Amino acid sequence: MPAPPINRRRFLLNSAVLGCSAAASPLLTPISFMSAPWDNRLVVIILRGAMDGLGVVQPYGDPDYAALGREAPNPAMDLDGFFAMNTALQPLMPMWRNGELGFVHAVSTPYRDKRSHFDGQDLLEAGSARIGDKTSDGWLNRLLQQFPDLSTETAYAIGRQEMIVLNGAAPVTRWTPESDLTMSPQAMKLAQLVMQDDPAFDQALRQAFALAETDGDSIAFEGTLREMGKEMRNDMTAAMKKGAGTRIAQFAAERLAKEARIASFSINGWDTHDNQTRELAGALGQLSDALIALKEGLGPAWSKTTVLAMTEFGRTARMNGTGGTDHGTAGAMLFAGGAVRGGRVLTNWPGLEESALYARRDLLPTRDVRAYAGWAMRGLFGVQSSTLERVIFPGLDLEGDPGLLL
Amino acid sequence: MRFGCGLSPEIPPPVTLSDMLASLTAPDQAATDFPIERYETYLIRISEFAKLSAEFSRARGTPKAKDALDARKRRRRETANDALGWFGNVLMRRTWSEHPFRERLTGFWADHFTTAGKAAALRSAVSPYVESAIRPLIAGHFEDLLISAVTHPLMVTYLDQDRSFGPNSAFAATTDQTRGLNENLGREILELHTLGVGGPYTQDDVRQLATLLTGVTADRKGRASFRPRLAEPGPEVILGQEYGGDPATLDHVHEALRGLANHPATAQHLCRKLAIHFVSDTPADGLITAMEEAYLDTGGLLLDVYSAMLSHPAAWHAEAGNIKRPVDFIGSSLRALALPPAVITRMRPQNLRGSFQLPMQLMGHRWEMPNGPDGLPEEDSAWLSPQGLAARLQWALTIPGRLIQELPDPRDFVETALGPRATARVRFAADAAETKSDGVGLVLASPAFQRA
Repeated sequence: MPAPPINRRRFLLNSAVLGCSAAASPLLTPISFMSAPWDNRLVVIILRGAMDGLGVVQPYGDPDYAALGREAPNPAMDLDGFFAMNTALQPLMPMWRNGELGFVHAVSTPYRDKRSHFDGQDLLEAGSARIGDKTSDGWLNRLLQQFPDLSTETAYAIGRQEMIVLNGAAPVTRWTPESDLTMSPQAMKLAQLVMQDDPAFDQALRQAFALAETDGDSIAFEGTLREMGKEMRNDMTAAMKKGAGTRIAQFAAERLAKEARIASFSINGWDTHDNQTRELAGALGQLSDALIALKEGLGPAWSKTTVLAMTEFGRTARMNGTGGTDHGTAGAMLFAGGAVRGGRVLTNWPGLEESALYARRDLLPTRDVRAYAGWAMRGLFGVQSSTLERVIFPGLDLEGDPGLLL
Repeated sequence: MRFGCGLSPEIPPPVTLSDMLASLTAPDQAATDFPIERYETYLIRISEFAKLSAEFSRARGTPKAKDALDARKRRRRETANDALGWFGNVLMRRTWSEHPFRERLTGFWADHFTTAGKAAALRSAVSPYVESAIRPLIAGHFEDLLISAVTHPLMVTYLDQDRSFGPNSAFAATTDQTRGLNENLGREILELHTLGVGGPYTQDDVRQLATLLTGVTADRKGRASFRPRLAEPGPEVILGQEYGGDPATLDHVHEALRGLANHPATAQHLCRKLAIHFVSDTPADGLITAMEEAYLDTGGLLLDVYSAMLSHPAAWHAEAGNIKRPVDFIGSSLRALALPPAVITRMRPQNLRGSFQLPMQLMGHRWEMPNGPDGLPEEDSAWLSPQGLAARLQWALTIPGRLIQELPDPRDFVETALGPRATARVRFAADAAETKSDGVGLVLASPAFQRA
């Protein structure tokens, strides 16, 4: 492929004129800072691995609960005389009492029967009605597409995992706080030059440089290779430590407190086929740490924030042969934030007797989980119902307003 | 470059297609030169670990407890360090192999049959599993590879098959009736390993296959075992085909796996995945059809499927190829640098981690610690994120200069590493860089090098 001729002297002269501060280079400012047309914040957490809704929000008041072989509720975690929260969510009890935390129960995406994590997650993030309709973009991105001229800074996909929910035509920033860049100013310029051979690389590098400049320490570094290597290792070991999820939530909060309005990240570890009590406690601990970090980091902006935590599907009503649960159908969604009307478990409860179960094994979905996310977006961003039902969540029937928000 | 491990200044690339294919059935020189422990040998570690655990249990509550615990921890750490050495040899095989297509295919099938060790004693067993159960079978019939991988003790424990038994089995009669069948392995065989998630199977097929699999298990010493006492009596029907019957035997399971391996949906799923992995995220239909025909004509002989892929013109399209996975990126970088094996063999384990595994994790691949049994994503977009590219760029600028005293002249290195793909911009950058390590790093970070 022929490339434009490059004049070495002019390139170097240009660099010299710009001086040592590579951050001031025009090559480095791809982002326009157009602020979002709203002040409300939405955080979507994808709980990967299929969270056991019945284990997290335990319907101990249902007469058939006891026969499922599930653990007895902790009286201190009672929510409303019918549901109790899993003990591992103890740190969130104050949020619940404050009306900043609530749940939706017996909901699912339209995904049925094959119970595959990967399809289930794809469908949850695509927001479509059937696997066949799978589009390559995600529903949060289609929300952004309703507001042309948003800046790249409006929405953040955070963490090492790809967030399909934010894939699509609208610009989104993807970053993981532990990525860091350190190099000489000259190497920065040359790196930008070589990436111009390929538009996808060019764009990714522009974003990487812009982010690395804003997440604390600057890129330009005049040190030896050994010192650079040390910097790099420090960043990586920080990422390995426990609480990396908290760090992601802190980073999300920091961006949302400023120009960002939408953020999405994942919490993994919900595939509790085995020894569920212990495994679920680990995942719930991460979820509660993340919510607390969001609240702390957002400060006054917490009052304008809605957090939705959604999973690909629920798990079997009964415990399986190995102290765990297998892939099921309906489950629970968590909502939180200063902008929600929490302290409630919203549900059209289907019951747990065998004939009431989906395929006689799973909690029966009584409402499309997308309807709750849809109503939240309607309230937060003024998106019209018809847009929600046709564009953002094709094939969705929004039905009545569940009153998720204050 | 697309089917190998990149260019090397020391090893000429294969000239003909038949050279490439013949390399897959030639003696495995790279495995001899850069050994990785086989699973059969790893079993000794599992037994030793079990012994140390038993000693700790006996010593619990006595003054000797701490020593026993320390002994077990020490053994675990030694094994983890040895596993870092095996990882070093994975990189060295990519750097020095005369048959690089074998390395790429081993990586592909190890990912297709992704597994991990859940118990402490099995945590470093993935490379030995790949060495014993995957690598020797990549050019044979798919059914043999399938049976080898999914009945392997590491897969059986990873997907909970060792905890599953028939609800009406002899064993069930003697135990707590709330325990029983676990569908995990049965589901993933259909969804990931054979038919694919779009395949013509139902929840009933999952259940029936899981029921047929009862009896397949692993013992405490990490060995495969078939225990008829765990097996559900009676035959099972999978995709309309009846298998099994009494008495239950492992042959019934193998028969069903062979049936699945030879199903047209399996041919379609595997050929598409191979084409996406090696050729393009959007492979030409004609290419996949040619591969499927080869698969179905030969009863799934993989060598012939590769042959169909390599001899199809669409496989050699001139557009930019897929973005290399992190291990391919690092492996091909070391190959272009002709990194002497002694550098790797003399490295301390924590250095292997810091120089390779931690950076790979930032690039999006935690080595042998998968997120799930579906393995790594194939789409370029999953790898070309700002943080993924930042990690690649940072690695390229920093690590080669720390590994090699005398880096090559970047102006020569452009040609060594990129050959005909060198562009004016990369040549300019290699020339204008202030240091050799920057120049070499920019060549390695360039899009032309990072695409296969």
